[in-house]
Amino acid sequence: MGNDALSAETATATDVDYRAVQESAEFRTLRRTHRRFVFPVLGACLLWYLAYVLLAGYAHDFMSTPVFGSINVAILLGLAQVVTTFAVTTWYVSFANRKLDPLSEEIRDELETDGLGTPAAASQVEVNR
Amino acid sequence: MRSLEAAAVTSPGEPWLNIAIFGAFVAITMIIVFRASRNNKTAADYYAAGRSFTGGQNGSAIAGDYLSAASFLGIVGAIAITGYDGFLYSIGFLVAWLVALLLVAELLRNTGKFTMADVLSFRLKQRPVRIAAATTTLVVCFFYLLAQMAGAGGLVSLLLGVGDQLGQALVITVVGALMILYVLIGGMKGTTWVQIIKAVLLIAGAGVMTVWVLAINGFNFSTLLDNAVAISGNPEILNPGIKYGVSDVAKVDFLSLGLALVLGTAALPHVLMRFYTVPTAKEARKSVVWAIWLIGIFYVFTLVLGYGAAALVGPEAIAAAPGGPNSAAPLLAFELGGPLLLGLISAIAFATILAVVAGLTITAAASFAHDIYASVVKKGKPAAGAEVKVARRTVVIIGVVAIIGGIGANGQNVAFLVALAFAVAASANLPTIVYSLFWKRFTTQGALWSMYGGLASAILLIAFSPVVSGSVTSMLKSEEINFAIFPLSNPGIVSIPLAFFLGWLGTVLDKTVESPAKQSEMEVRSLTGVGAEKASHH
Repeated sequence: MGNDALSAETATATDVDYRAVQESAEFRTLRRTHRRFVFPVLGACLLWYLAYVLLAGYAHDFMSTPVFGSINVAILLGLAQVVTTFAVTTWYVSFANRKLDPLSEEIRDELETDGLGTPAAASQVEVNR
Repeated sequence: MRSLEAAAVTSPGEPWLNIAIFGAFVAITMIIVFRASRNNKTAADYYAAGRSFTGGQNGSAIAGDYLSAASFLGIVGAIAITGYDGFLYSIGFLVAWLVALLLVAELLRNTGKFTMADVLSFRLKQRPVRIAAATTTLVVCFFYLLAQMAGAGGLVSLLLGVGDQLGQALVITVVGALMILYVLIGGMKGTTWVQIIKAVLLIAGAGVMTVWVLAINGFNFSTLLDNAVAISGNPEILNPGIKYGVSDVAKVDFLSLGLALVLGTAALPHVLMRFYTVPTAKEARKSVVWAIWLIGIFYVFTLVLGYGAAALVGPEAIAAAPGGPNSAAPLLAFELGGPLLLGLISAIAFATILAVVAGLTITAAASFAHDIYASVVKKGKPAAGAEVKVARRTVVIIGVVAIIGGIGANGQNVAFLVALAFAVAASANLPTIVYSLFWKRFTTQGALWSMYGGLASAILLIAFSPVVSGSVTSMLKSEEINFAIFPLSNPGIVSIPLAFFLGWLGTVLDKTVESPAKQSEMEVRSLTGVGAEKASHH
């Protein structure tokens, strides 16, 4: 293969009623589940980062307190930022795999068996949005 | 120590060994690029590597794209000289990826095709929004590119012992020409492989040096810190504040930088474009996860390497070496493993510049060819093959501009350009990305006000800031010319909220309503992946 017409590049569905999908109970559950996770979690992470930056800027003495040997609060809090970033990443992936993917797969399968997105139904020309 | 002080006067190590190792890197990657690029026929092949990379491969390439020479040489040097404040950068650069993971990567992969403008113009008016998004893309790429190319000149003096302007110009030209060759032949596939190989080498090299430094200090990080304090003679290097604690303005400036770093990453066009090289949104998610782990581990390495350079080389020797703080990592490599390790680390540093400029160039070329030429000029109906042809020509033009700009900026103080690129991305791109994905009511007018307002405010504030005029360390290098009426060196704290506000204001004052059908389509597609671009089959 190798030209635009054959590579199943675009599957622009003009015949799918996205409005109806958007208002379906399944999709609203998916959207709610997604937003209820990403907004609060991201908000908390950004606040935690902001707190760290403000501490580094304005709480010099606190940050300079040694904890283990010469390792001080600043270094521990910096490493804690790395650890929380890794932890939130792992948490989100597990959440997405468990909660989001089954919901979105269900909606996608439903729409694609109606003829959308399958190679046969993929439009034959490069459609520009 | 003694041998090093003598060596530091000129270039340490063997320039020819450095060149040979870098030559080997170029030869190996060239072969891979040639092999990988045989299927480059369609726009999807050229811009998005046929969407055929796995999450792990793309995540490594993202790390290779993101960990620029500024991250590696710059942060190690900053920690070695200004201590803890250097580490603050690393944290911002890392935490930023949560924005990409949670808000942007998957939704963008599901709704876009090749460029950031695809997503932003999905449900708004095509022409004006595409032009605006392409403009901000080109501006961000240009600033970032110029900083990398100018940095290449500085690296040359340090690593190859080329001190004169002509020799440095020659090396910048060679780097630029190699980059053009990779991108022209290899397209996104070739670029991706260069970035993957470079990421593996960089992280492995930094990892070996980290273990080595820790081994010298009995695997006790606290001992390493004690030694760093003893050699530098300044216990304050363990505490925040050497650089950003000197005044109230410096503190606000750092807050402003932190905001730009954390909100800019997920809106950098060359990072966004990488999400299109994988077949599904799930692979896009995996890419970010890989990238976060690799980048996070690398930044922990830089903490050890920075204090290691302070302990084993010493801040004075680093500051006196050609290249200043940027020489900390190479000098540490020399101290640990002699000329051979220095040669390896130098070659990796060059590979870093090459991989990053290649990623920026293909992004800028794709944006021009896809958004401006194919979508705006040809109204979405370019002749068969014309778009890729235009993209390839654009690559050559951008490459030549980058070489000329790099030579012109060589020796200039342009380190602020990377921070500016992040600030522009966070101001001009992020608000519109977030609004168009999550705010139903958002309109074209809001998008244009936010993008142009964010772009203009970030650049104007920088133009009237201390980094451009007012002191001997500013770009104009003179105290006589002083129009620095904006006190901060980082515009983010003003321009980011302003751009969010303008996006809101432009929308609520707009009486037109955007197509509700398009909004429904975008929302459904972004979350479910229905109708998303599939991998092309070869």
